[in-house]
Amino acid sequence: MARKKLFDVWAVVYLAIFVAYALFLIYPMFTVLRNSVVGENGSFSMEWFAKFFSTKYYSQTLIHSFNVTIATTILSLIIGVPLAYFYNLYELKGKMLIQVLIILCSMSAPFIGAYAWIQLLGRMGIVTVFFKNAFGITIPNIYGFNGIVLVLTLQLYPLVFLYVSGALKNIDNSLLEASDNLGCTGMARFFKVIIPLCMPTILAAALLVFMRAFADFGTPLLIGEGYRVFPVEIYAQFLGETGSNYSFAAAISVIAIIITAVIFLIQKVLSNRFSFTMNALHPIERKEAKGVKGFLMHLFTYAIVGLAFLPQLYIVYQSFQNTSGKLFKPGYSLSSYKTAIQRLGESIPNTFVIGGIALVAVVFLGILIAYLVVRRSNIITQTIDTMSMLPYIIPGSVVGIALVMAFNSKPIVLTGTITIMVIALCIRRLPYTIRSSVAILQQIPLTTEEAAISLGASKMKVFFTITVPMMSNGIISGAILSWVTIITELSTSIILYNSRTVTLTVAVYTFVTRGNYGYAAALATVLTALTTVSLLIFMKVSKSKEITF
Amino acid sequence: MSINIRIRNAVKRYGQNTIIPNLSLDIKESEFFTLLGPSGCGKTTLLRMIAGFNSIEGGDLFFNNKCINLIDPAKRNIGMVFQNYAIFPHLSVKNNVAFGLKNRKYPKEKIESETSKFLELMKIDQFKDRMPDKLSGGQQQRVALARALVVQPDVLLMDEPLSNLDAKLRVEMRQTIKEIQRRLEITTVYVTHDQEEAMAISDRIAVMKDGVIQHIGKPKDIYQRPANLFVASFIGRTNLLDAVAAVEGGRMVLTFKDGFRLPLNRIKAEHMKGQNVIVSIRPEEFVITDDPDNSMKGVIDSSVFLGLNTHYFIHLDSGAQLEIVSESKIDEIIPEKSRVFLNVKAEKINVFTEDGSRNILEGVNNDAEAFGEA
Repeated sequence: MARKKLFDVWAVVYLAIFVAYALFLIYPMFTVLRNSVVGENGSFSMEWFAKFFSTKYYSQTLIHSFNVTIATTILSLIIGVPLAYFYNLYELKGKMLIQVLIILCSMSAPFIGAYAWIQLLGRMGIVTVFFKNAFGITIPNIYGFNGIVLVLTLQLYPLVFLYVSGALKNIDNSLLEASDNLGCTGMARFFKVIIPLCMPTILAAALLVFMRAFADFGTPLLIGEGYRVFPVEIYAQFLGETGSNYSFAAAISVIAIIITAVIFLIQKVLSNRFSFTMNALHPIERKEAKGVKGFLMHLFTYAIVGLAFLPQLYIVYQSFQNTSGKLFKPGYSLSSYKTAIQRLGESIPNTFVIGGIALVAVVFLGILIAYLVVRRSNIITQTIDTMSMLPYIIPGSVVGIALVMAFNSKPIVLTGTITIMVIALCIRRLPYTIRSSVAILQQIPLTTEEAAISLGASKMKVFFTITVPMMSNGIISGAILSWVTIITELSTSIILYNSRTVTLTVAVYTFVTRGNYGYAAALATVLTALTTVSLLIFMKVSKSKEITF
Repeated sequence: MSINIRIRNAVKRYGQNTIIPNLSLDIKESEFFTLLGPSGCGKTTLLRMIAGFNSIEGGDLFFNNKCINLIDPAKRNIGMVFQNYAIFPHLSVKNNVAFGLKNRKYPKEKIESETSKFLELMKIDQFKDRMPDKLSGGQQQRVALARALVVQPDVLLMDEPLSNLDAKLRVEMRQTIKEIQRRLEITTVYVTHDQEEAMAISDRIAVMKDGVIQHIGKPKDIYQRPANLFVASFIGRTNLLDAVAAVEGGRMVLTFKDGFRLPLNRIKAEHMKGQNVIVSIRPEEFVITDDPDNSMKGVIDSSVFLGLNTHYFIHLDSGAQLEIVSESKIDEIIPEKSRVFLNVKAEKINVFTEDGSRNILEGVNNDAEAFGEA
């Protein structure tokens, strides 16, 4: 009879990963849960939940969050889906540039967009002032609901665009021809054929937009003013000016996770119902955009992309303006850069060190876990898979709070260290890296690895000399995307950083809150430059030009 | 140095599913042995058990006298060629071939010389610096074979290696494989579902169905004296007719439904008794005659002219449908709706028990019988 071998190198690997997840994800989340049910007198109590739902001041944040999130999701779909349709079905002029700009917009930190819009449309914004002086027109208030939705929509519609573009590439041209042939063309075809075919993707994109908008906290913090939303409330309770209340913050976090989990499950059920597989032998051929229709398409595309990119441009412009204290002065120089670097210059090396370590860890762990899930499926690796996906539904600020609660007292003290920042970034980024690595690995036939084994290679040798090199193309492009999301991350870092671990986004945020807009613009421009360079490298390396988040 | 393989009472289960219930066979030194059967018969499963990629749930595998059940696949010294070739896409042709030698930590010069030797042997030395995606299917196949052989394996395992090639290349490659195997005298186990390929290339064939070996024998034995009805109908084409056998004056006489009578010699002694039988007559074992007396009678429904031969599709007066083959003649093809008389080449046909489990004729060579199977 077969006797199982007792020792397997991979078993050690997955046990180690299992322990790491238990320690750095499950235990902190458990701490949050425990804190949320500890009353003021230290015993078990649901008082914080009661307080949240019974006090309008708090429960209103939930309504506000839903208003903002739903409006953003709907608007992102209304903009993103037609844009993807025009882009993929018609020959638009300057399509390469359009794509690069759209991706760049999606990759900038949202709060930078928020503060740029304040500079443009705020009370003292140049557009507001210009219209007031020239025409006596008062522009609608940018603060509150309007501003949050504007900024988040322009930030998040690119996700819809990229997802739906991917789906459109899988539609076979013959389906459109068949539809034309049966007399269903134009708008009717768009709604009866194209939208249903893209439905699973549209739902997936909608979910992603919803999650991002729901969890985003930099934007409402800057531009929301009196319009208080959920993530801001968690932050306020956790690091509030009037003293922090861990238990109340924990209770709000638990409510947030329950909501995102429910949304996630609803989306799963819906997309299962719509799911089918397509594989285009003959992808859609782009037609020329002619006449009035063509003009309108170009106008729509350029207007959206221009509007979304405007804040970025304005920040770059501002970074070169002279400043005096908090005010901008006429004339241009590099003085903002000089001062910004003097004050918070360490944020640049910090970003590289923290981001770099996190990136290496994310890529390494992502490949290992993907390999375990695909090639060594057992109950432990499946559990790791499920655990690793949890942060997908946990807002970034909650991840930050959980880690602080778990590791700011003995036995393990990590708060204020680079380690805790790296751990947080890994936890948040891994779900995406694992998904994409799993997809790559499933494309590689098992027999290739078996061939190597039958030629006498050891398990580790097969992994490092055969599996990893075969995955490398996908891994490198995935790593660049991870890098961009890591360096633009704010919501977790803002909770975990201290004076020694300030990153670029945190530095920009600090300058913005202090009103040093010139310095903020300078560092934001550095961040944008880093993002752009990374993206260009990505487009060079990645053959498929597909971007997945 | 070549080795023999012995498999004794092998069992393969996936969860509750038993793929191979109890399988035994012997593969001789330097033999080209083929596992043949329809998809799902367990032939690839068995091959992967020999390779070590599938565990063995019961029984034993021996290379010479060494039990290899628990030996790691990397240490079995096996060369394997996969259906999709499994060429490493990130390594050049030369590095693909050298991969196994490097794992064995051979000195550099030896790796160089052995690699070149096998690149030349497989006639791919001119591609040695190319990447695999720049190779045609046939060239990739040659790389896979060179890579498997260069490590001087004790056993060569091949899993449907030709199924991704076009028909012409397939015939060419099977010739190449056979020549190389002869030259290196390496014990080879080959899996295919293509019976023509199996007959062309093999010393012996094991026909499998549902994880059970039906017949092991030389190609000629398997085609001409199949052990049971499944083997008769899986290998080549055949027509199956019901008949009643009776012993008359020490001979067995078959009577078909329409009254055609056929005396037979060489019946196994234990089957000399009156019984219902199934008769397997291959298309080329019919003869069209002018004799209306002792013959089957039928009408031609249609015909297909294939150059060397012409196939006729006939229905007999008894209702049975037949396909027969005759060498194409220079005269007209017999027109449709013609009435024909058929006789059979009695020494070639096969007769099976009513349940199809045994051939009742003498002359069946089935090595699987040694293990009490079939």
